[in-house]
Amino acid sequence: MAVELAGGQCRLRHFSCELGLLSRPDGSATFLQGDTSVLAGLYGPAEAKVSKELPDRAALEVLLRPKVGLPGVLERSREQLLRQTCEAVVLGVLHPRTAISLVLQVLSDAGSLLSCCLNAACMALLDAGLPLATLFCGVTCALQPDGTILLDPTARQEQEARAILTFAIASSERKVLMATTKGSCSVEEMQQCLAAAQRAATTIFQFYRDSVCRRYSKS
Amino acid sequence: MAVERGTAAERGTPAETLVGQVVLPGDLLLLPAHYDEDAEGERLRLSAGAAPLGRLLCGPGLKRSGAGLLVTTCGLLRHRPGGGGAYWVDSQQKRYVPVKGDHVIGIVTAKAGDVFRLDVGGSEPASLSYLAFEGATKRNRPNVQVGDLIYGQFVVANKDMEPEMVCIDSSGKSSGMGIIGQDGFLFKVSLGLIRKLLAPKCEIIQELSQLYPFELVIGMNGRIWVKAKTVQQTLIIVNILEACEYMTGEQRKQALAKLSGN
Repeated sequence: MAVELAGGQCRLRHFSCELGLLSRPDGSATFLQGDTSVLAGLYGPAEAKVSKELPDRAALEVLLRPKVGLPGVLERSREQLLRQTCEAVVLGVLHPRTAISLVLQVLSDAGSLLSCCLNAACMALLDAGLPLATLFCGVTCALQPDGTILLDPTARQEQEARAILTFAIASSERKVLMATTKGSCSVEEMQQCLAAAQRAATTIFQFYRDSVCRRYSKS
Repeated sequence: MAVERGTAAERGTPAETLVGQVVLPGDLLLLPAHYDEDAEGERLRLSAGAAPLGRLLCGPGLKRSGAGLLVTTCGLLRHRPGGGGAYWVDSQQKRYVPVKGDHVIGIVTAKAGDVFRLDVGGSEPASLSYLAFEGATKRNRPNVQVGDLIYGQFVVANKDMEPEMVCIDSSGKSSGMGIIGQDGFLFKVSLGLIRKLLAPKCEIIQELSQLYPFELVIGMNGRIWVKAKTVQQTLIIVNILEACEYMTGEQRKQALAKLSGN
C-alpha cells in the first residue's frame, strides 16, 4: 500500500534559479533541481511566418535540445507536452498573428528532467513579461515497487521505480494542467501522487515569489 | 484528502495592501465594494461612505475578472489616486508592444509606393505615409532613404491592425518629430530604463549633461540615439547609459566623477 507523506512534508531537492542571464532573448531563465539544470530562452511576441501565424492568437513553439546528440522522438514528445502546458497559460489572444518561441537547452540531467523543463519555461515566461493567466510548476513523482511515493527523484531512483508520473500544476487552486505517466500504477496511487505533487507545488510557487521579489528589490 | 487552496494572495487580497509590492500572474486583487456599481452611478447611494468619482483605470499587467483584477505580468503594483484612480503593474521587459500615442524611434526598412515601412521592434513593421511630415505635399516629398532613423508617434496601434506612425501632431506641427540627422549612435536598452529616463527630473540625464553637451532622442520602444561632439564622447555616454541598468546611484556618481576628473 502506498505510504502517505507525513504531514505535508515535501522532500524536494535543493533548487535555485537565475533570471535574465542571456542578453539576446526577450526572456531567459535557468532552473536547477539538485544536479538537473535546464536553460530556457524565450523570444516573443515576434513576427510569425505566414504559414505558421494564427489569426486570433499567438503561435507558440517549443524547442528542446538534449545535452548530447540531435533531438529525437523523446524530445519531440516532451516539446508537445510543454507546448500544451504553456498554451493553456499564456494569454495568446492579446497578441494575434505573432510567434512566441521557447528554446530549452538541457545542461545536465540527473532525474526529473521534464519537471525541471516546466519550471524553467515558467520562469522564462515570467522574465519576458508575457501576459499569463496563472503560473505553473512541474513536479515528478516516482512510485517505488513497495508503493512509497518519492518526489523529485534522482536518475537512480527513476530507474528503480515502478512508475514515474510528472504533473504540471497551476498556481490558481492547484489545478492540473498536464499529467504524463511512464510505467503502470493504479488509479488510487495516481491520485495519491497527485495530492503529494499539489502539496509540493506550494513550496515551488513560494520559491518563484521569492526569486521575483529578489529581482525587483535590486532595481 | 483536502489540498490547501493556495496562498492568501491567490484567493484574493485587497488591492490597496499590495501597492508597491511584487505581484505574480494569477494573483487576484479585490477592489473596494463601491467599484462594483455601474460607472454611470445610476443607483442612488444610501450609505454614508465616500465613493471616489470617475472610473477606475485598469492599466498594463491587469485584467478585469469578476469582482476584482487579475494580475497577468509580474512586477510592482502601482496606484495613482487622482481622477477615479488607476492601478497598473510596473514590470521589467525587453520586448516592445506598440501602444497608441507612444513616441518611438523607427528604422526605415522599405519604401513601398507612398508608404514607408519602419522597424519599431514590435511583432510587425509600422507604416508611415510620406504626407505625415510637417510641410509635406504631393510635390514636396520628404527625403527619406532606407536605413534612416525616424522619430514619430503611433496613431494606430492595437493587436488587430498593423501599427501606423506619423511625424506630426494633431495640429500639423512636427514638435520635434521627423528624420533624425546624420551621425550619432543608436542602441537598445530595456523598457524599464527608458521609463526611468523619461521620468521628470531624471538624475541620470542631469548628471550626464554636466559631463559633455550632447543630443539625446529616447524612443519608448527601448531605442536611444545619442550624438556628442566627438566619437569618443558619444561612446562614453552610450556606455554609461547602458550600464545604468545595473549600476546603483552611488556607482554611477563614482563613474562620472572619474570621467570628469580625466
